[in-house]
Amino acid sequence: MKRVIETKEVSGQSPNYLLAKFQDLVDWAVNSSRANSLWPMPFGTACCAIEFMATAASRYDFARFGMERQAFSPRQADVLICAGRLPFKLAPVIRRIYDQMPQPKWVISMGACASTGGIFDNYAMVQGIDTIVPVDVYVPGCPPRPEGLLYGVLLLHKKIKGESLFDRVPRREEQLLDERGLRLPPEQIDEISEPFGNSVHQFRSA
Amino acid sequence: MNPTVDALRATFGSAIGRGLESCGDTIVYVARAALLDAMTWLRDTPQQGYDYLVDVTAVEYRDRERPLEVVYFLRSLARRADLRVKVELDQRGDLSVDSVVPLWRGADWLERETYDMFGVSFRGHPDLRVKVELDPRGDLSVDSVVPLWRGADWLERETYDMFGVSFRGHPDLRRILMWETYAEGYPLRKDFPLRGRFSRAEQVRQALGANPEAHYSMEELSIAEAYDELPADMKERLRRGERGKLPDSE
Repeated sequence: MKRVIETKEVSGQSPNYLLAKFQDLVDWAVNSSRANSLWPMPFGTACCAIEFMATAASRYDFARFGMERQAFSPRQADVLICAGRLPFKLAPVIRRIYDQMPQPKWVISMGACASTGGIFDNYAMVQGIDTIVPVDVYVPGCPPRPEGLLYGVLLLHKKIKGESLFDRVPRREEQLLDERGLRLPPEQIDEISEPFGNSVHQFRSA
Repeated sequence: MNPTVDALRATFGSAIGRGLESCGDTIVYVARAALLDAMTWLRDTPQQGYDYLVDVTAVEYRDRERPLEVVYFLRSLARRADLRVKVELDQRGDLSVDSVVPLWRGADWLERETYDMFGVSFRGHPDLRVKVELDPRGDLSVDSVVPLWRGADWLERETYDMFGVSFRGHPDLRRILMWETYAEGYPLRKDFPLRGRFSRAEQVRQALGANPEAHYSMEELSIAEAYDELPADMKERLRRGERGKLPDSE
């Protein structure tokens, strides 16, 4: 990417220094705006959604962090919060919602089930929503307390503030691997979905 | 001691067994054959008026020789009086007693619970269960009962979805929990592996290949009236009844 700004030598400082300063200023302005007005798209499927509601309500109040308005339409949302386990039947739904969100967009996977499948290591459940959509922040817990979700949101703020408009690879729509919508290679999905913990010893596993 | 016991004994004679008091509650034993009559009398005699059946349960003692007891907790709301009626059943014999559901509608689930936990069967209980045995290796089909009960529609669809039992004459036998192009089989069958038959990657691929709008018929979406206002492409999909493509295997 070519960025040429006409600058004069200013008291011995190089033009690149000024350019970098200018870029930092732009990034600071843009990222602060983005991070401090994240509009969440709640995708609540289970008990995590209850904690999500608690986080939104007055005691924990994530409006303090610029999430005042929950966007129940993906078209006006910045961050998709998947709160709860995702069955395979909902996989195309969350994928379509994600695709409908405008850039820039982020995803928080809230809770053990959304992140890994959790206790539901069975035929009906997606083993981690990162096999369906890219995830920025994983919040552990079963379900996470509101503080946990808020911490995840703050981590996302940090991540957003570390991004730059002038990155070599600009934000763009994710390129899927095949026409059926896989975003990861099949071997990687199988590896992510391997049973772990107590699930390894579970009865009647195939 | 609750005076009701003496009144019972005067009315039913030898059908009334011993009466005793425990922690302030009066317990009276009634012979199995006289239970329904005694209960009717307790409910309908104005001086007694036990109009509320609080609970039905059973007691089994560690000593196998002692009979199993079915316990009825009665309360008269007007008189604020309690009575506990017990029926003794021989453990080695017939564990059945008359149902009191005709007297108190609320006994329905209480008796079901007692049946569930202790195996006491209640004669005349309205909730009759009919079982049909099918050979899992043979023809898994039975006649549909939807013509009799409209509500059997989704129940039979679920049974078809989970066990693969097909119901002859069902108006709309489609999968209901899993999506319609689900190709791994019937999840609640014992030979079905818990994690499914396909690899996780294949499961993700097939799930993403499903068309979420096609999971529901127009009727189920209850947008039939709004059909004219739908976008053209959605109209077209709904008109075709598109439900995704069945994979080649199976």
